[in-house]
Amino acid sequence: MELQQKNPLRDFAPQLERTSIQGYVWIVFLLAVIGLGFYAFLQQVFLGHEVTGMRDNVVWGVYIVNFIFFMGVSYAGALISGTLHLFKTAWRKPIIRMAEFITIIALLIGPCFILLCIGRLDKLHYLVLFGRIQSPITWDVIAITTDIFGCFIFLYLSLLRDLATLRDYELLQLPNWRKKLYKVLALGYTGTPEQQQRLNRATDIMAAMVISIAIIVYSVLAWIFSVTLQPGWHSTIFGPYFVIAAVYSGSAVLIVCMWVFRKVYHLEEYITKKHFVAVGLIMLVLAAFFGYFTFSDYLTKWYGSEKNDELLIQLLFKEFYWPFIISNYIGVLLPLLVVGIAKFRTISNITITSVVVIIALWLNRYIIVVPTLESPYLPIQDARPEWLNYSATWVEWSLTAAGVAIFCLLFTIASKFITIVPLSGSQGEEKKEDVLV
Amino acid sequence: MEEELNKDQKNSRRQFLKKGLIAGAGVAIGSGLLAAYVDTNAAETGEKVKVLTTDGEIMEVDRGLLKLPRVSREESHKGIPGRKFVMVIDLGKCKNARKCVEACQKGHHLPQSQEFMKVYLLQDSEKTAPYWFPKPCFHCDNPLCVSVCPVGATYKRSDGIVLIDNERCIGCKFCMTGCPYSTRVFAWKHYPEFDEDKEPYSPEASSPGKEGTVSKCDFCPDLIRVGKIPYCASACPMGVIYFGDVDEDTVTNGTETYQFSKLIHDRAGYRYLETLGTRPCVYYLPPVDRQFEVDRGFGDLEESVKDRYKDTPYSKKNKP
Repeated sequence: MELQQKNPLRDFAPQLERTSIQGYVWIVFLLAVIGLGFYAFLQQVFLGHEVTGMRDNVVWGVYIVNFIFFMGVSYAGALISGTLHLFKTAWRKPIIRMAEFITIIALLIGPCFILLCIGRLDKLHYLVLFGRIQSPITWDVIAITTDIFGCFIFLYLSLLRDLATLRDYELLQLPNWRKKLYKVLALGYTGTPEQQQRLNRATDIMAAMVISIAIIVYSVLAWIFSVTLQPGWHSTIFGPYFVIAAVYSGSAVLIVCMWVFRKVYHLEEYITKKHFVAVGLIMLVLAAFFGYFTFSDYLTKWYGSEKNDELLIQLLFKEFYWPFIISNYIGVLLPLLVVGIAKFRTISNITITSVVVIIALWLNRYIIVVPTLESPYLPIQDARPEWLNYSATWVEWSLTAAGVAIFCLLFTIASKFITIVPLSGSQGEEKKEDVLV
Repeated sequence: MEEELNKDQKNSRRQFLKKGLIAGAGVAIGSGLLAAYVDTNAAETGEKVKVLTTDGEIMEVDRGLLKLPRVSREESHKGIPGRKFVMVIDLGKCKNARKCVEACQKGHHLPQSQEFMKVYLLQDSEKTAPYWFPKPCFHCDNPLCVSVCPVGATYKRSDGIVLIDNERCIGCKFCMTGCPYSTRVFAWKHYPEFDEDKEPYSPEASSPGKEGTVSKCDFCPDLIRVGKIPYCASACPMGVIYFGDVDEDTVTNGTETYQFSKLIHDRAGYRYLETLGTRPCVYYLPPVDRQFEVDRGFGDLEESVKDRYKDTPYSKKNKP
């Protein structure tokens, strides 16, 4: 009954029913990029990891950077959607599903990048067969698996009401198999008070779980670096630093997604400037935290510097000058200025800032991973340039592009399957929202 | 003077080997794994050597027939009973002759790009003396590489040796970032040198190598089992590298044998980067009373090897 009263589905039906020519071109383009990535992957499998830019000193490169980046984006989605849900934030409704999709899609792509880094994919099952709990990689395997399950359940719970709506909306022009699919997936949800109550309770529990799991998982990821003795990595601040950086990058990705879907599906009515400013302010707070953690980390390394920290900082300011400036200065200050000063707060300004933040955060991971590996305790003494300095090859860049393309493709497919803006909220919440608004 | 030393030390060296091998055993003697040690096609020399089997037994074998044992992967986890190995490197004698590197590469069937033993040109600070620094794996007693391995492919044995089982290794390279001494190497592809070795794989031999896995200096337990010292130690023309046993308190470079504790005490031996808490099993004797100028180390090097050192502070300073 609640479902029939307000039916914004009419607005969204075309999104689900048809794909425009541009839509098909976009999908073909993404498939082409993914195809190139697949070719690069085959090269790596058959010719060995020599086709990458990684060598004995810099054993982890762009792949690990992408891994951290995508996992960060994912945890951010989880943290943002979970927090907004728990606090019953009034304006969250049009954007919360995007955050949930970001979580699950990035979470599926991230681990693929760590697999690309592994020398013997044929022995991957050893991680389970012979797993050692003492190793942070095992912690990561357990944590990421838990996270994937948790986020799937959270996403599914939040989709249930809409799946029921889609099942019940008879005017929807869709092939039968899709209607049947909605019916199966809706699990017989009809919106009785008991069902509502149970669903709300389950979603609340999962939101709380997802928040804590996300914090644990990203800390574990940071510990992979900080448990080693390498200068620049061996830092106690890395756990919270990575968590903050993750949520920060995720808030930026969310803003970009909002902008894209608003344009493509004409959601101007649903996603307004209010939403951009609200998420922008979240991003602003995170930018301040991120800047604080970054400053704190580098200040202590620089002020009472050990020899190797000093060498690392020299390297950062010489060979990694621009990445360092973009990630740790521009990436921090730009959101503070653009979102902080009211008259700069336009939708396009906030979106452009978000794009810069995404790039800055990717570079931030790059200058965490690569310079440390280029400045080990024992100086690298080698005559071969590729063994001295890391630079990613076309194979690594193609696979990176493929990762981004898969992210876009899955997002496109997801938005064809279910509306990108949730159709229904629970009634209990609506009342609270009224009070808040 | 060096020759005199050699004469003096010869006896003690024999004794060391004899003593060392017997002390290492202490286990019941039975029918052994003779086949693993003897190459029946080779010619006999008449000289008998004692061999320590994987069971801790001692047997006599003709030196000419001796073949390096390839113990099984399971066996390689155990370590040689009653032993605790140690290496001492005398920096005062190293002139970067690189015979250690060559012998090691050959013995382990390694390509040029994979060096288990590396020789660095170090200078601790601007005013301090430069010196050549041969660096094997330190076989740490608190090895971070072993702690971080997710599948137990690298392990610490009872005799102190840290080995890698490349049948188990998944190639995640976490151990390479874990090791603060840049000791480990990765097989970025299948190198033709791996095919030279026709024997079955054993972690004790670190050969044949395998694409996509990590490997490193192994202290040559296969040589130790037949009473020899590692390739690097026996190949060094200057006798820079001493190998031995902490419990027996003896180290030898093949010609001279010393009491380990006295040597470290008298010559102020130290471990590299002690502050990191990894507790290495390799000790260094400081580069004092040097037999060679540092520049001798550039002597007959190939250009590509010479180029490695061109960016060191010492080379930069001495550029014309």
